[in-house]
Amino acid sequence: MTDDDSGSSESDDRGDSGSDYFRRNRSGQFDRLPETEGDRMVEGRPSREAVVDWWVDRFAVPEDTFADYTLWEKGKGKVWALPYDLEGPVPVEALGLKLLRTRQEHWKPTTDAVQRFGRAAEQNVIVLEEDRARRFIAGDDQELDWDGDWGYLVVAHELAGGVEPIGVGLYTYGELTSMVPKGRRRDL
Amino acid sequence: MDALARYEPIIPEFDAFLEACERHLPTTVRVNSIKATRDRVVEALEAEGIDVYGRDWNSDVLGVATGKPGNTWPYVHGWIHGQEEVSAVPPAILDPQPGEVVWDSCAAPGGKTTQIAAAMDDEGLVVANDDNLGRLSALRANCDRLGLTSAAVTNTDARRATLDPFPGVDAFDRALVDAPCTCEGTVRKNADALEGAGASASRNLAALQSDILERAIELTREGGTVVYSTCTFAPEENEAVVDDALADGDCRLLEFDTGLESSPGITEWNDETYDDSLTKTRRYYPHQNDTGGFFAAKLEVTA
Repeated sequence: MTDDDSGSSESDDRGDSGSDYFRRNRSGQFDRLPETEGDRMVEGRPSREAVVDWWVDRFAVPEDTFADYTLWEKGKGKVWALPYDLEGPVPVEALGLKLLRTRQEHWKPTTDAVQRFGRAAEQNVIVLEEDRARRFIAGDDQELDWDGDWGYLVVAHELAGGVEPIGVGLYTYGELTSMVPKGRRRDL
Repeated sequence: MDALARYEPIIPEFDAFLEACERHLPTTVRVNSIKATRDRVVEALEAEGIDVYGRDWNSDVLGVATGKPGNTWPYVHGWIHGQEEVSAVPPAILDPQPGEVVWDSCAAPGGKTTQIAAAMDDEGLVVANDDNLGRLSALRANCDRLGLTSAAVTNTDARRATLDPFPGVDAFDRALVDAPCTCEGTVRKNADALEGAGASASRNLAALQSDILERAIELTREGGTVVYSTCTFAPEENEAVVDDALADGDCRLLEFDTGLESSPGITEWNDETYDDSLTKTRRYYPHQNDTGGFFAAKLEVTA
């Protein structure tokens, strides 16, 4: 399974055409998330509060993990984090780091976000032994016993004296599906 | 190597220079301090059986005894970036600080962008621009893998760039112009690098290079820093371009020392003379540090 929303270099908001028209048309813009549901002006847009709560609820990261970041939406549901205070909208190709995909039943974290912020996760983290870690980064799905929650997990392994997140796995029915985007897979 | 013959009058130990240009370039990586420490990188690489050796001038640059550092766990995790040693020089000279707003005008594929963000502890705003949409993908992929949060990627012609996309930002604190060039200094990794090189190719690029540098000076605040760099030996693309910027009067050259061996910029070339302060710019030759070739100038914006 390919996960083009997980920070792939081939995400779906870019194409091949270099013309100015398509460039503008495709790029769109970044809009600041409203602080709370009550501040929301655009239907369906998640609030900053909801996004932060989701990371805390799902992965038990510290509540101040995103305290120094402004949060942005581009397109429908992709939320980005930037350590700088700007007013929007910001018409650029990329603004900070893509954290997750919202506006669907199960919000999905990106590979980039899990690698960057997942070290602080204390819940829904699965630590694989070396052989399984290599299969995971190669993109293989694998049968696995896991008595935690189903859904998106931080998949990690031991490396150089610490637990290091590799990416996002989807756990259902006794199987761990690798959500590592095609361009990030490696046969190590 | 014929294209290099015209540099014999300005390059010291010219035979050693030519000999170095024929040698294969050592493979080096830069530690991405946003995600890892040097110690963890060394431990993880050595665990994969890869010998690692340090480089004196910059503790984050490591030589690696493998042609494929990309096929390792540290690469997968974004702990390292494959980057030629001498190309780590311009961001080091730029010396960006956490919280600043910095422009990387010709950013793809992003080695220097990611080094700038790391030097800022990934705090602030790095506007990484490139006009080439194909190369922009590589820039974005590298920013993503290295876990940058502080980068904004734009796709404009640097000569006409503005701050309009960033409401509330009046000027850049620093800017890097790592200009498109004839790339003669990359001959050690790409034997074709000298094809088409020569005085006329260099003169053709100089107008573009001057325009980008001029724009960077305009967009940077008074007292801010602009670094101009290329990976070519051609004075037409180096000292002549900086001399042009000095003549416009809104900047002055500053001295710097990276710890790498280098030669001062030149003040005479063929029938042209440049401002005396051009000796504050630095030329990095392959035989001096066993690297590729580079040129760098550090400017202070004065108006």
